[in-house]
Amino acid sequence: MNFPLPEFIVVSASNPWTYILFGVIGFAFGYVLEMSGFGDSRKLAAQFYFTELTVLKVMFTAIVVAMVLTFGAVGLGLLDFSQVWVNPTYLWSGILGGLIMGVGFIVGGFCPTTSLASASTGKIDGMFFMLGGFVGAAIFAETEKFFTHWYNNAGYYGRLTLDQVFNLPIGVVVLLVVLMALFMFWGAEQLERIVGKKDMSREPKLRIAGAGALVVLAFAVVFIGSPSIEEKYNNLTFTRTETIQLEGQEPIVNTITYSADQMLANRLVFVTPAEAFKAKYNQGMKPIYLDVRAEADYNLYHIENAVNVPLDRILEIVPVLLSEPPANSVFILISNDETAAVSAWKLLVGSSVQNVYILEGGVNNWIAFFGSDDKTLRPNPTAGDDQLGYLFPAALGSRYESCSPDPVEYEKLEFEQKIILQLKRDKSGGGCG
Amino acid sequence: MTAQAKKSIFNRPEKPYVHPYFGGVVLGIVLFLAFFLTGNGLGSSGATSRIDAAIVDAVSPSHVDNNPYLLKMAGGDKNPLDDWIVPVFFGALIGGFTSGLFNGRLKFITTKGPNISNRTRWLMAFLGGVLFLYGARMARGCTSGQALSGGATLSAGSWLVMFAIFGGAYGLAYFVRKLWN
Repeated sequence: MNFPLPEFIVVSASNPWTYILFGVIGFAFGYVLEMSGFGDSRKLAAQFYFTELTVLKVMFTAIVVAMVLTFGAVGLGLLDFSQVWVNPTYLWSGILGGLIMGVGFIVGGFCPTTSLASASTGKIDGMFFMLGGFVGAAIFAETEKFFTHWYNNAGYYGRLTLDQVFNLPIGVVVLLVVLMALFMFWGAEQLERIVGKKDMSREPKLRIAGAGALVVLAFAVVFIGSPSIEEKYNNLTFTRTETIQLEGQEPIVNTITYSADQMLANRLVFVTPAEAFKAKYNQGMKPIYLDVRAEADYNLYHIENAVNVPLDRILEIVPVLLSEPPANSVFILISNDETAAVSAWKLLVGSSVQNVYILEGGVNNWIAFFGSDDKTLRPNPTAGDDQLGYLFPAALGSRYESCSPDPVEYEKLEFEQKIILQLKRDKSGGGCG
Repeated sequence: MTAQAKKSIFNRPEKPYVHPYFGGVVLGIVLFLAFFLTGNGLGSSGATSRIDAAIVDAVSPSHVDNNPYLLKMAGGDKNPLDDWIVPVFFGALIGGFTSGLFNGRLKFITTKGPNISNRTRWLMAFLGGVLFLYGARMARGCTSGQALSGGATLSAGSWLVMFAIFGGAYGLAYFVRKLWN
């Protein structure tokens, strides 16, 4: 199973169904908000005077229901969590922006989406709020330049989830959030009884059963856990097209689906030194060279701009790889031969990092290709598998000539193109926009 | 029968709102389906920003070129409206209208506290909208995009934003109580 559906991650004019699907989602969203009473600013403002806590009840019920279902689906292997948008954490702009929103909330009586439900049903104050919203967003666009560095960097932690913060299994966090929400609902009902003078005996008994069902589901999420990298690796599929040229006829294009192991076996993820080098000069992609060897080997010799991440620490950088580099990044894994790079490839693709490739033959093949005329490098006859096949006069890192081949000298290189760029969503705009 | 029972679409008898927990469960399922099918959650404030960018791009494209923030959305041949959040925004408008229609709540009225005039309420709603969207763009998402969607995916930053929103509103509530009580 491959949810979310790749066709629907990005809206695009080439697939009008995307507009329809997102339109339907929006429709349901607006409908629910209106029928819950969020078109009326008094119902929203009452939250902050403890007379009626509808906002808290609707919002937290929605959060816990969506959370339990989402992580349940992730645990069952139906949904790939790495393809689900998780708002990146920007500590300080988040907190300050949140406080400003709170002020706007109590002064204006709406939040942006509830103002849509309000304005569309004829509430004049909702229309004024919407109008003010367009002005506020425009002012932000004009003033962002005065604090752009702070806005984009202060307290930036990337894709950070609560299980990472508290170092707990995600299922346990789900359970704790459910229990916290139920406690808040209980508190909210007490406040409504005392401050709002509401007769709670008329509340439906079904809500107790609902709370029980939520707890049971949350325990199920704990029990199911998350799929291991190995399980995710085994479920991966890659598609490649194959063109067969026939004389005098239209070429036949076949789309073939491969498993991850077949991609390795057919060597579809191995790029030659020539392709790895030429990727630097390709405007369409941004190659990132990940050198997975031990630091000592890296210090002896490495390709220019390669980043050293030893194999045993490669999983530590997965959250960064998933959130930070631009969508057109291509990761090229480098070991001395191929063994360590293949292991790293399995870990990365199993963690849903996209566009990961392996340098064919590793550093040894790179030197054989670009450094064959460097007389200071002598072959090391005793090198075993995945060890450096050369002896170096000094640990010069990337200061050997062949570490950064001359683009003029190697302008024309022939290679069979293996890199097929998979573009994910554009992340520049952020989640809510 | 009285005029109330007439089957005019714009004059249906007003039905009560649904129970908050029921509304929450339905909203939660909608949010889950959004994640499950598309990988995106819910939101709307981003669309406000993008519609702004589209207007600026239509009126004065050179201004877009001088503003890095707008450039990201509307630079070059980019169409700022080509984003999932825009159909969600318009869908929510139509969805809200439809619910109002079926439940007899389509009326031109102003919802406000008992002790302020309509004009004060309109001014405050406008000011609130300015502030809210300014804050929402700063925090990269509003109550839907951050609190709801980020809350459900357990984003650490979104939980902070959520607490900040409630903190800001509760902190100021006492001082603006005349608006609502």
